[in-house]
Amino acid sequence: MLVWILFLLCQVGAPALAQDLCQRDAPNGYKVRISLKTALGEDAYEWNQSEMFFFQATMAFAMRRHFQMETYNVDNIILCVQTSRVSFWFVVTSPDNTTMLIPKADVEKAVRMSRHRINNAFLLSDRTLEFLGIYPTLAAPVNPDTPPWLIVFGVVIGAVCVGIIALLISSLLQKRRKEKGMTEDGQDEEDMQVKGVENGINLDGTYNRGFTDDDRFTKL
Amino acid sequence: MPEEGMEDSKGGEERPKWNNKAEYLLTCIGFAVGVGNVWRFPYLCQIYGGGAFLIPYLIALVFQGLPLLYLELAIGQRLRMGSIGVWNSISPYLGGVGVASMVVSFCVSLFYNTIVAWVLWYLFNSFQEPLPWSQCPLNHNNTGYVEECVESTPVNYFWYRKTLNITPNMETSGSLQWWMVVSLATAWSIVYICFIRGIETIGKAVYVTATFPYLVLTIFLVRALTLPGAYEGLIYLFTWEILKNPQVWLDAATQIFFSLSVAFGGLISFSSYNNQKNNCEKDAVLVGVINSATSIYASIPIFAILGFKAHTNYVSCLNGNILALTNDFDISDMNITVENYEQWFDSLNGTHPSRVSDLNLKTCDLQTFLDQSASGTGLAFIVFTEAVISMPGSQVWAVLFFIMLFSLGLSSMFGNLEGVLTPLHDLKLVPKWMPNELFTAIICLLLFLMALIFCLGSGNYWLEIFNSYVGSVPFLIIAFFEIIAVAYIYGIGRFSDDLEFMTGHRPNIFWKVCWLVISPLMLFVVLVAYVAVQAQTPPTYAAWNPDYVNFPDTEVLPYPDWVFAICVLLSSVPVISIPLVAIYRLICCMSGRHSKDSLHNDPNPYANEDYVVERARP
Repeated sequence: MLVWILFLLCQVGAPALAQDLCQRDAPNGYKVRISLKTALGEDAYEWNQSEMFFFQATMAFAMRRHFQMETYNVDNIILCVQTSRVSFWFVVTSPDNTTMLIPKADVEKAVRMSRHRINNAFLLSDRTLEFLGIYPTLAAPVNPDTPPWLIVFGVVIGAVCVGIIALLISSLLQKRRKEKGMTEDGQDEEDMQVKGVENGINLDGTYNRGFTDDDRFTKL
Repeated sequence: MPEEGMEDSKGGEERPKWNNKAEYLLTCIGFAVGVGNVWRFPYLCQIYGGGAFLIPYLIALVFQGLPLLYLELAIGQRLRMGSIGVWNSISPYLGGVGVASMVVSFCVSLFYNTIVAWVLWYLFNSFQEPLPWSQCPLNHNNTGYVEECVESTPVNYFWYRKTLNITPNMETSGSLQWWMVVSLATAWSIVYICFIRGIETIGKAVYVTATFPYLVLTIFLVRALTLPGAYEGLIYLFTWEILKNPQVWLDAATQIFFSLSVAFGGLISFSSYNNQKNNCEKDAVLVGVINSATSIYASIPIFAILGFKAHTNYVSCLNGNILALTNDFDISDMNITVENYEQWFDSLNGTHPSRVSDLNLKTCDLQTFLDQSASGTGLAFIVFTEAVISMPGSQVWAVLFFIMLFSLGLSSMFGNLEGVLTPLHDLKLVPKWMPNELFTAIICLLLFLMALIFCLGSGNYWLEIFNSYVGSVPFLIIAFFEIIAVAYIYGIGRFSDDLEFMTGHRPNIFWKVCWLVISPLMLFVVLVAYVAVQAQTPPTYAAWNPDYVNFPDTEVLPYPDWVFAICVLLSSVPVISIPLVAIYRLICCMSGRHSKDSLHNDPNPYANEDYVVERARP
């Protein structure tokens, strides 16, 4: 009888004890904040007790992975202070002694190690599944060997240099051809006249202003 | 195609010509339409209210801008020389005006191409995913973001640190930033390749550089009008305020004046390559009207995009507050939205005022974000780049925007450099043996080396000095002397005869009244008012100092004395040639010696040039 009463007390007491271990601002606990609608929008799933169980399972997995001990179980992850945010607190108890909590630092190491797996389990990211107090490691920047701007610069300056050289060479060749053509004066004048027609502008040569004013007087 | 320096059978040199009228017009339009049309005019519209600013702007255009423009194009076309030759011809005592034009063009080319180099740097960096100014870089041990970036914004950090690597003040010069030197070299190379054969290559280049900005502005217009917040931004264009503030008139007059790029000598040079029988009156009106129309047209997408940026900032400010409230009160995710934020805030503040005040929520006011205005490099490299990050397909918009700025800057550089090269050619300072390509290369190289000062750490501060002191008062003085020279010394009668010869009809009463009375008066008033305003503002500059107490605000520092002396020199040395040359000629004249230019002194209509040349032949 006495044994039976003790057994009953233990059954009642254990969860009560567990509740004492896990509370708001627990010294060895972490607050978790989940933003489902921000992450998934229309595809957001409902956060219910099954999801909480899933969280316990993933945390147990994280602890197993870090400590290489296969004794962690869902009962070792105690959750409390659930809100509709969704946010809650959790503490981790030792598999050998359910009254002893795993220190904060060890829990942090376990979470850091498996952060990527935990995020993916819930289809969330570092920003939408937050462990308050555990800062996500920032992604290493992609540093290409050659900065991209240097490549664009190389293309542009290459084209410009080629253009300059081409234009200079063609100018030089044109000058040589002109020098050859200058030996025959008549041909030169013809060239000029042809150019005048080609341009379409009325080339008067040097405008003789002496005659312009005469035109004005004749109007009177 | 005619080439410079070609000897024709008559023994004289043939002046290069434009291939067709379109090239000439596009070059002038490209020269007038510059980066200022995009980043100065919208800013002025914003701070004064669009409707209010347009009235003094258009009045200044009609009574000051167009007469000056017509005058420059006419004298260049008639006298067929660059600025120095033209002013020597009009009056030897005012030959200094041409020299001043050339010196000022030289100084402006220095810093203007540095701005083009900055645009090129941003253009090169726009071909990346993600854009480098969209996020802060990590610090050296990858534990967090660079502190300077976190305290200001990624856009500011990229501009001040990654681009300029700016020093905290002007005394610290810093070192040459190699990436800036590289960009500057690219800019000068591109300018050189366009100048390599004079107006032959310029004429080809302007088909692209003068038209491309309009294409990009139209694309931006269509895109910007579909962005959220565009409407709020556009309201600025249609606000109407009373024109009480005299500052509006001053800003309008100076804006139209600097926008049209008169007094550079470039327009004189361009029109000197024209056929003398060209109708320059139509050209002047066309160039002036297109320049102003471009400014107004550019304002629309700029304002729309600024409105979009303000809207984005407002929404992210609200979202920050929403997140703080949601986290603190453990409210269900996304229950508080931008729409119902006000009600939630009121109810929470009513029930838990102390908790809410502990959260230190930011006040998010859309009007405050809209009022954040910027002009100049701040608009292009800080405000606009921030807006571009939030637009879908940011790389495309960034590339388009910077190519547009590059085209605008390059086509203006054509005019700037032309104002330097043509007078040098006309002064016959180029040795006969030197081909033009080499001479142009030497000038470009010289300008590049001198502009390296703007690639130092303190380069931006020096550029601001050049921009404020060289690019302002000297032009007003030169333009004033230009109009006095033509209207009073050359004589309005003689000028009307020349115009009748060129265009076929005498200038009507409007032009004459403007040249004689209105424009000189307006210029004089603007000059005096501008100098008065400048004298009243203390000579200070805004320095970017990460160690400043109020960082990220810029620290306002006074100019050191030696720098202020340089500012005064920069304003006065270009225009000092005007009195100097006058005195020199006076002395020469009084001592009874004839100067070399006596032949060009008086363009006597009865002097028959043909016979003069024939006499010179052996």
